[in-house]
Amino acid sequence: MTSSAPLIEVRDIVKHFGSVIALNGVSLTVNSGEVLGLLGDNGAGKSTLIKTLCGVHKPTSGEIYIDGERVSFNSPRDAQVYGIATVYQDLAMIPLMSITRNFFMGQEPVKRWGPFRFIDLKSADKITHDEMMKIGIDVRDPGQAVGTLSGGERQTVAIARAVHFGAKVLILDEPTSALGVRQTSMVLKFVNRVRQQGVGVILITHNVRHAYAVGDRFTILNRGRTLGTYTKSEIEIDELQNLMAGGKELADLTEELGGTV
Amino acid sequence: MTASEGDVATVEQVVDERLMKKSLVTQVMRRPELGAVAGFVLVTLFFLLVASDQMFTLAGFMNFMSPAAQLGILAIGAAMLMVGGEFDLSVGSMVAFSGLVFGVALTVWELPLLLSILVAFVVAGAFGAFNGQIVLRTGLPSFIVTLAFLFILRGLSLVGLKWATGGSTQLRGIKDIAGEGWVTEIFSGDAFEGFFAWMAAQGWIDTFRSGLPKVSGVPVEVLWFIALSAVATWVLLRTQFGNWIFAAGGDANAARNSGVPVRRVKTILFIVTACCATLVAVLTVLDAGSTDARRGFQKEFEAIIAAVIGGCLLTGGYGSAVGAFFGAVIFGMVAIGLTYTQIDQDWYQVFLGGMLLLAVLFNNFIRRRMTGERS
Repeated sequence: MTSSAPLIEVRDIVKHFGSVIALNGVSLTVNSGEVLGLLGDNGAGKSTLIKTLCGVHKPTSGEIYIDGERVSFNSPRDAQVYGIATVYQDLAMIPLMSITRNFFMGQEPVKRWGPFRFIDLKSADKITHDEMMKIGIDVRDPGQAVGTLSGGERQTVAIARAVHFGAKVLILDEPTSALGVRQTSMVLKFVNRVRQQGVGVILITHNVRHAYAVGDRFTILNRGRTLGTYTKSEIEIDELQNLMAGGKELADLTEELGGTV
Repeated sequence: MTASEGDVATVEQVVDERLMKKSLVTQVMRRPELGAVAGFVLVTLFFLLVASDQMFTLAGFMNFMSPAAQLGILAIGAAMLMVGGEFDLSVGSMVAFSGLVFGVALTVWELPLLLSILVAFVVAGAFGAFNGQIVLRTGLPSFIVTLAFLFILRGLSLVGLKWATGGSTQLRGIKDIAGEGWVTEIFSGDAFEGFFAWMAAQGWIDTFRSGLPKVSGVPVEVLWFIALSAVATWVLLRTQFGNWIFAAGGDANAARNSGVPVRRVKTILFIVTACCATLVAVLTVLDAGSTDARRGFQKEFEAIIAAVIGGCLLTGGYGSAVGAFFGAVIFGMVAIGLTYTQIDQDWYQVFLGGMLLLAVLFNNFIRRRMTGERS
């Protein structure tokens, strides 16, 4: 990065759906090599914000800057061109297809031989194998179906694919919500590695512990507004939890039950 | 990638000890055409035991390969479309309709042979594209949309034939008008006749008393069938478009998210399927010298069955052209093979249904294995 401008900056985004105000002035920034935990309870506006960032929705008002340049997206393709990649919870993977074919889906490496053009499967297999190796998954056979992978492995393949194809900002929508403990740690470990490569990550979750484990800064959404952004050193995990859930009630409940909710 | 190579070495390897080593059996099981090849072997063994020796002579071979090829060309189209996640029930009627268009272009409009064939392909392709657009724009199941076209095209063929012939449902005299020439050679008769005559002269193949070979050559439809299977296999497994076909059929949404032009892929597949039907129409009409409204009757079901025997999943995203090839050969062997046995030929239909049921059960089992029961 030569400029000091953040990778992506969002200023006062407002999004109305008819009479429903889904977002009412949300701002956030993500720098290169940083993980921003975007926290919020159900209905806080996380999904709407993400869909706005990746070009699915157009904001009613507000601005989005990428590397300091003001942008507006008309489609998810536009956002991809600017290096914003989204890995959805329900994944963009096809279980019956091989890992390699999933990895390169839509962006297959094409080789020419006279008038014929075909997929360079050999190098595709090799790239897939190497990329998965970097994540720490030894795929002995990139030709095996994605359906045979675990949920965590599929999630990491999706992330690895996004990074390989030049994502600068990676939006992860609830990447750990459907995963077990070991698989969660696998995904979080990988998020950490992606960050070290200089990618900016927006990690959406309502699991504070997962966010706190890898996050550098945390933005809390509540009822369509930003409640504030805190760096890791400024805030304790319990405080973060309370802020996210609307504070007092949860604190009372915690006391009543004699443990952390 | 920006990560240094040193990264790789430091990464802790997550090798799951519960993952069994992939055996050769699993490798083979992963091929979609396994069921069709197994079926082919079984059917061959059955006829070797039961049928007269005549079936496995060169003449017998050509006898069952010819109908297998006519069905197989349709099955290859059906298989590709099924992998892409759609059905086309109108292919059988499309054979009749394309035959009509071809016959009318040749005899009524008096176009040259090659141009008549082109006209038939263009008209069929347009119908295929239209089919596809209705399915893709409305989101209705292709099953029901193409079922409508099964009737529409069959009806149009009848009406058109009566109009063209002044009341008959058969259009004759096509062979005479087509005449001789390289176009006729490509679409009808036998190929490699010189080679077969030479082999007969060498005494390598059976001959009549006159010294002429009993089999004068390879029927052209068999060559078309083999070539089409090879091209379809290459497209499916080795090209970008092939990957898009699997993706569009596997999960259209995920494919779209990854930048696959799903709509274009499916439209092209509908057109290809219609063109396969037209190829069969041209081949069989030139062979018979006439066309009638019953041409291709119920072939859509046989084509889909051959594709399913070939390993295509009804849900899309999985299948193979090689499988459809063997599926069609199985059909030809049984349909013709029964005449070489003492068995009543009406068992054919029982066999057809039984084969379909077996294939679907088998495919279902394979799919679960493939995905590790996880999805």
